[in-house]
Amino acid sequence: MAIESDVLVVGGGLAGVASAVVAAREGVDVRLLAHKKSTLRQASGLIDGLGYVPPRTPLEKHADYVSQQRRDFREVRDKRGDYLGPLQTPYEGIDTLPDDHPYSILGADALRDGLALFDDLVGDTYLGSHTERNALVPTFGGTVKPTARYPRAAAAGLASDERPMLLVGFRSLTEFDAGMVADQLAAAGVPFDVRGVEVSFAESFPTDTKITRFVKAFDHDERIKGIPVRRALAEVVKPYVDDAKRVGFPAVLGDDNAASVRTDLGDRLGADIFEIPMGPPSIPGLRLEDRLFETLDAEGVRLETGVPAVGYEKDGDTVESVIVDRMGSEVPYAADTVVLATGGLVGKGLDSDREGVREPIFGCHVPYPEDRYDWFVDDAFGDQPYARFGVHPDASMRPLDADGEPEFANLFAAGSVVGGADVAREKSASGVSLATGVVAGRNAAIESRKRIERVEASS
Amino acid sequence: MSEKHRADEADRRRRTTDGVASETVNPEQPDAVEVFPEGEFDLRPGADDCYKCTTCETSCPVAAVDKSFPGPKFQGPEQWRLKRKDEIEIDPSISECSNCLRCDTSCPSGVNLAQMHNTARGEYVDNQLSTFSIKYVRNRILANYRTSARLASMFPRTANFVMNFKPVRWAMEKILHVPSERDFPEFATQTFREWWSERGGAQVTNPDKQVAYFHGCYANYNTTEVAKAMVRLYEYFGYEILVPPQKCSGTPMFANGMLDDARRHAETNVENLAAVIEDGADVIASCTSCSMALRNEYPELFDIDGIETLAKNTFDALEYLRIHEDLHGAIQDASVSGEFAEEFAYHAPCHSRNQGLDRQAIELFRDLDGVQIEDVGDSCSGISGTYGWKEEKYEKSMKIGAEMFEHMEAAEGTTGMTECPTCGMQMEHGTGYDVHHPLEVLEAAFVD
Repeated sequence: MAIESDVLVVGGGLAGVASAVVAAREGVDVRLLAHKKSTLRQASGLIDGLGYVPPRTPLEKHADYVSQQRRDFREVRDKRGDYLGPLQTPYEGIDTLPDDHPYSILGADALRDGLALFDDLVGDTYLGSHTERNALVPTFGGTVKPTARYPRAAAAGLASDERPMLLVGFRSLTEFDAGMVADQLAAAGVPFDVRGVEVSFAESFPTDTKITRFVKAFDHDERIKGIPVRRALAEVVKPYVDDAKRVGFPAVLGDDNAASVRTDLGDRLGADIFEIPMGPPSIPGLRLEDRLFETLDAEGVRLETGVPAVGYEKDGDTVESVIVDRMGSEVPYAADTVVLATGGLVGKGLDSDREGVREPIFGCHVPYPEDRYDWFVDDAFGDQPYARFGVHPDASMRPLDADGEPEFANLFAAGSVVGGADVAREKSASGVSLATGVVAGRNAAIESRKRIERVEASS
Repeated sequence: MSEKHRADEADRRRRTTDGVASETVNPEQPDAVEVFPEGEFDLRPGADDCYKCTTCETSCPVAAVDKSFPGPKFQGPEQWRLKRKDEIEIDPSISECSNCLRCDTSCPSGVNLAQMHNTARGEYVDNQLSTFSIKYVRNRILANYRTSARLASMFPRTANFVMNFKPVRWAMEKILHVPSERDFPEFATQTFREWWSERGGAQVTNPDKQVAYFHGCYANYNTTEVAKAMVRLYEYFGYEILVPPQKCSGTPMFANGMLDDARRHAETNVENLAAVIEDGADVIASCTSCSMALRNEYPELFDIDGIETLAKNTFDALEYLRIHEDLHGAIQDASVSGEFAEEFAYHAPCHSRNQGLDRQAIELFRDLDGVQIEDVGDSCSGISGTYGWKEEKYEKSMKIGAEMFEHMEAAEGTTGMTECPTCGMQMEHGTGYDVHHPLEVLEAAFVD
């Protein structure tokens, strides 16, 4: 016996969720396997489409790059192949991307479909769908990120808004330096006054208090030394508000009750409240993860987490089942079609050592330069070839072998396991996941239905 | 013809120990140099693999309610590294860890946080906790629940009266720091093993489908109805059930740092269970902390002959049926009426999550006529076995459980469901709902 489903999605990130929902909506039986906690909790919670594109002129070869050891960092940065942007819309730069970029393979409509699916899944908890233009959201590093969709909690912080801004950090929360963020934003030339202030708040919290502790305290308006925490915060911030019309905090303002935390603080301070997305652990990412996993349930997707896929069984050019390691016992999960959405080098959907780069479950072909010294350039933030490593798919998102033929007739790929995009520099990670997820999920469902019909016809 | 492909284990291992280039290894002496001599287990890979992504911290239910708990990343990799240079003692905060093991499951880098925490806790108890302290005595009694349960089950009615008798509980709180708020679990008037031998053991003989049942302490002394349901369900599916001699799985002992006690019990379990596996049976458990211990903690903490075999051949009872029977198909033709035709508010225990079992009850019962089921979310119940049975942890345990209580109350049903006996206690304690095990519902669906 094997555990059976029509479509089996391997991976619980944005791409896996998107493909599972799309397939389920096509009316087939879908199961999603996630090995670990979704990578969404390490992401900012911002949904970017495309913010920057590589220059039209080919990048300098890595031999021409200056080494960081030899030159001043700023010089390295200046010589770096400049990306163009921020783009006004995520669609305008697509035709300038390299041919093997997922957007080039799938076209702008896949991104539109992906974002439309996202809008549908998150409802009114996210904004940005009213326009095709990129929103400019301040980050906790003091940069401004072009992004297609943003959580409602970040709305009042947009850099296109001209109202004066106050940023507030907590002394006991060392991850967020409000003064630095304000200075960086001012230096970047934002069209508003911005000040940063650090307040003593929840001083009984030691400096290594986990962010989740703050979240819980805000969520339930817990009392610290007898005073409800929201009121306590409003009281210490109040003297600094002055003429600021919006006040930004690190993204720790509650979880289930985040909206009421912001309203409550806003009423007390007489300003709009917003959150600045943080690095890991990311509360906006956690909230999004919760939201998306709820929708999986609502769409009838069967869900299993905590078990890794470690291999497969095939018959000719067809994957028959994925072998799942259930605490040391290998159990086959049979499916008509499979979506590979296991992530990239960080998510471990791709694996590498000195000898090579590989996709570890199915051994799909991953193109990479033979000489390991061509995998990277010296400039750490430069145009790193390894950032584009991944499987190379056809237009239906089937991974191709070295000869350009599909590896399997019923295997599709989505998300960061797909190569061709430098999502960190392009600001395209979410968009690539959504676009590839939608196409892979749709085709996996169609192919699965074909196979079911074939079996029914022959019996 | 199908072909099987498996990511090469040796290849994987080679990659995780990258950094030692193969050509530098002397073929005469293939063992790598021991840079940091350790005890029985080398925890260095756990420390080296941590890239500080903080996923474990967002998964930690204790850190979310306790501002001074430094979190799983500290308890594991960071503390291990700190201790390399000097004689630094284990930070006492290790005893605030509830052993839910959510950190272990969540780590994307495969750091064995469970192993690191268990080892640290064992070291703390061995070297820093006086065996004369009340805390030690209390923890030892709690950890060795099997011993007290065995005594109590000799006089179950008396025990049930005494254990919930107010003056006794007052004295227990004052002397042993066992919170008087909690209701002591009721002891069955006949243990499962007594019932088993009274009915004459297995009613089905089938040398091709044999399972050995690890019932653990709770289903033997307290919730015997779960164990009996499991027996009747498996016999319905044609399995021959063996009930080998066994002791405590060790979970409460790991959680209290009593590793010597745990090893003693593990030795008995491994010996008896490995023997039946040798004869062709698989091992199944109805308590998810028991199956977790046999599969995960045993090989991580002990080196006992047969321990790997046991780990590889142990399954959760529901999981095993899903793998080997067309349970999904059978469920679609079945229905439940009577006592178990309920709307259930289901809570997945942390230790079922760790084994990838947290959604199986939802998946199965969604398609079962007569039964409604709703997942009350992924929060921890907070009791964590013996954790919530300590006076100084009681409040924290209830704070962690608050989210689950809220979600249970928001759910349609007013009957609880879970696989873990202590989660069940907490669910009942926080909401007043009756709580059942999925196996009881399955029995109602298939067995008359």
